[in-house]
Amino acid sequence: MASDRIFGLVMAIVALAYIASATQIQTSFLSDPVGPKTFPIIVGVVCAISAIFMVLKPDPEPDWPTLRTFGAIIIAVLVLIAYAYALKPLGFLLPTTVAAGVLSFQISPKTKTAILSGLGLSIGLFLIFKYALDLGLVPFPKSWMG
Amino acid sequence: MEVFTNLAMGFAVALTPYTLMLAVVGCFIGTIIGALPGLGPSNGVAILIPITFSMGLDATSSLVLMTAVYYGAMYGGRISSILLNIPGDEPALMTTLDGYPMAKAGRAGDALVLSGFASFYGAMFATLGLMFLAPMLARVAYVFGPAEYFALYLLAFTTLGGMASNNQAKSALAACLGIGIAMIGVDNSSGLPRLTGGNLHLYDGVDFLVAIVGLFAVAEVFFFIESHGKNSSMGVKLDKVRIPWKDIYDTRWTMFRSSIVGFIAGILPGAGASLGSFMSYMSEKSIAGKDGGFGTGVPKGVAAPEAGNNAAAGGALIPMLTLGVPGSGTTAVLLALLMTLNITPGPTLFTERPELVWGLIASLLIANIVLLLMNVPMVKIFVKILMVPPWILLPGVTMISFVGIYSLSGSYFDLLLMIAFGALGYVLRKLDIPTVPVILGILLGGHMEDALRRAMVISDGDFMYLLSSPITIGLWIAAIAGFIAPMFLRKFLKKPQRVTD
Repeated sequence: MASDRIFGLVMAIVALAYIASATQIQTSFLSDPVGPKTFPIIVGVVCAISAIFMVLKPDPEPDWPTLRTFGAIIIAVLVLIAYAYALKPLGFLLPTTVAAGVLSFQISPKTKTAILSGLGLSIGLFLIFKYALDLGLVPFPKSWMG
Repeated sequence: MEVFTNLAMGFAVALTPYTLMLAVVGCFIGTIIGALPGLGPSNGVAILIPITFSMGLDATSSLVLMTAVYYGAMYGGRISSILLNIPGDEPALMTTLDGYPMAKAGRAGDALVLSGFASFYGAMFATLGLMFLAPMLARVAYVFGPAEYFALYLLAFTTLGGMASNNQAKSALAACLGIGIAMIGVDNSSGLPRLTGGNLHLYDGVDFLVAIVGLFAVAEVFFFIESHGKNSSMGVKLDKVRIPWKDIYDTRWTMFRSSIVGFIAGILPGAGASLGSFMSYMSEKSIAGKDGGFGTGVPKGVAAPEAGNNAAAGGALIPMLTLGVPGSGTTAVLLALLMTLNITPGPTLFTERPELVWGLIASLLIANIVLLLMNVPMVKIFVKILMVPPWILLPGVTMISFVGIYSLSGSYFDLLLMIAFGALGYVLRKLDIPTVPVILGILLGGHMEDALRRAMVISDGDFMYLLSSPITIGLWIAAIAGFIAPMFLRKFLKKPQRVTD
């Protein structure tokens, strides 16, 4: 109940913000009858209506995970964000080992298997991508390669 | 017959050693993808698209490879349904109902072979249907103008919402979310940026591949973290595999009926393979009646959903190829592939790129036979692969997704966007909001707006033009009916959980 209401409310606000920014779209003097504003505004309005429906007629509450599991998911998201930033400067192998290891640990909390699957995945995937699929990946930070 | 000359041309393309190799490789990868719980046709194909694209395959080759993966995944889904009681992918959900009891009764081998054959039957039926029906539909599609296309897109969104979800408001919201995201970026006709919030990274718009991989693949990882991989229970042992001729013969009419039902469900926009397997199982169940023993492990209950599922998978290719409107989540992903390859699906595809269309159809026929051969004698190999634990599989999937997206654009921004879509996908699925309309919205939103604007240029701003031809009126009625009817039918058609293909 509450989840649907909150999400509906958030989406309604997002939709209103979307409509508001759609009205600010610059139009060129050479425009067609509809122009670049109309369609986004229609979409925003339909979105807002559906969102309000969600607030008024919510479905039963889903089974949310416990706070601890939520923590694990948030850690996973943070690790992935760090991975996204690290991939370019640090090369493929190091960040992949860490990120895959952490994800593996979050799914099944065993330290040894997590380390092994991190190492195995980074080296295995690197070999596949580099040599079988011929993608241009950098294994280590550029500064190490001289 | 024109069909046969075209088909001959198709086979000339498909039987070159390289294309043949791609089809076989695709079938193999596809079956694995389908069999592994957590990887289904849509997210499996999604993570492979960026990689095929970076490998620089040409259009025909990549399309053959990916549709072979798609067909293969539809076959593979049954393996874990039968042995582990976990659907390997969503359309295979119905197969667990009779497949697992049958395996527990010591007939795992029979169930696998029978369902493999039913998959072959359904897929073959649908591929032949595709061969004859698609060119006809392509001819009809020629008369489609912008007003018709606008109505058609609307139909796709409303029926997808109507059938694939339990709540109309939620599916409408999902579609709007997708279309809204598609609007971001430089406006096609005026050349001015819209809704970017001044962020330079967004001037090119949101790449649909980023959204697809995020919503389908990354979100799955979060679900596995939530369940701590507990879904990977050990299942039934598989001993000797032999061919149950009697069961195959006994289920011949079941397979035939289920293929028809599945095929029709596949062609309908927004229905897809999950609905195909659901409808064919339900109709066979009611034909068999109370004495049929459905749910206790009867061969018919294994054959029906698999034939229906694979027939729907083939049928869903028809609207995708002829109209550019996908019928399911996975065909939406295949549409993304076509768009990445700069191919515009639609009626012109059949006249301008016949070698591509017919090469694809011929490859599908070949892939089907390859899949039957792979899935019957070699089923034990796939059973071994099923034992890959989720704590290796899911991190692996994530890393492949990252490398794929990264190798497309080389920008960290796309990776961040992908993570954001992953988190969004998790929340949406938790709240029972379907994610397929979001994808479809991102894919088709731009086209839908273009159709509207072109229609308005033609009619000089008269909105009644949208209802000016019999086809448009029919499509609008179908769209409205498709959106409203499920509200009343829902009482009678109780859906199994997690049907979101």
